[in-house]
Amino acid sequence: MAVEVRLPTLLRTHTDGAGSLQVNGATVGEVFAEVVEAHPGLKGQLVDDAGSLHKFVNVYLNDDDIRYLDGLDTKVGENDVISILPAVAGGS
Amino acid sequence: MPTTFALPLVRLSVEQYRRIVAHCYFGLPDEACGLLAGPVLGAEATGLITEVYPAVNADASSRTYTVDGRDYLRASRDAEARGDEIIGVWHSHTHTDAYPSPTDVRQAVDPMWLYVIVSLRDEVPVFRAFRIRDAQVAECQVELIGASSSL
Ligand SMILES: [Zn+2]
Repeated sequence: MAVEVRLPTLLRTHTDGAGSLQVNGATVGEVFAEVVEAHPGLKGQLVDDAGSLHKFVNVYLNDDDIRYLDGLDTKVGENDVISILPAVAGGS
Repeated sequence: MPTTFALPLVRLSVEQYRRIVAHCYFGLPDEACGLLAGPVLGAEATGLITEVYPAVNADASSRTYTVDGRDYLRASRDAEARGDEIIGVWHSHTHTDAYPSPTDVRQAVDPMWLYVIVSLRDEVPVFRAFRIRDAQVAECQVELIGASSSL
């Protein structure tokens, strides 16, 4: 099943500039594994060494933060859109 | 120190400038934040701001900010629908200079982004724009479109 993965500008250096990828997988984790397989520069950017979602990355399945769904085990279906966004923060 | 990266001229309308500053005052006593959209050429923002998106500061703090993730998602969809990208973020400093703090530098997301900081410390707001790359800060000139003078 193909889903669309949308990447922020920050990560497009690893995808030859592509901001949108069509990827197969049954869960967000499977989709990410596929993405990293095709674009090895993204290794460590989405999922940390312990296999958890990277803490500086927010991932949305359509409109929902996957941290409030089943995380990387969240099931995905045809025509779903996974959006990856970096955490944007700072201070004074 | 001379910088080794290109600095775009940041251009925005008076109306966009006012929306940013108004959102900063509205957020008091907390820091306020939002996102900037504009065209990207090659892998660089041109500096033109086409839209500004006020966002919720998820930290609700006078010392730190985190752009609410849903606001970021909505902003990035809107920007992409226009053929633009999110090319930067703005936030307020309620009691300090309009200059990136060590926290801002450490947490800078994207070397391509513009970082606008609005200081509300003095009676008149101070609006400045920066690039942050490899922990180096460089200031960008800001031009208000439709205004008689630049900032
Ligand atoms: Zn700051």
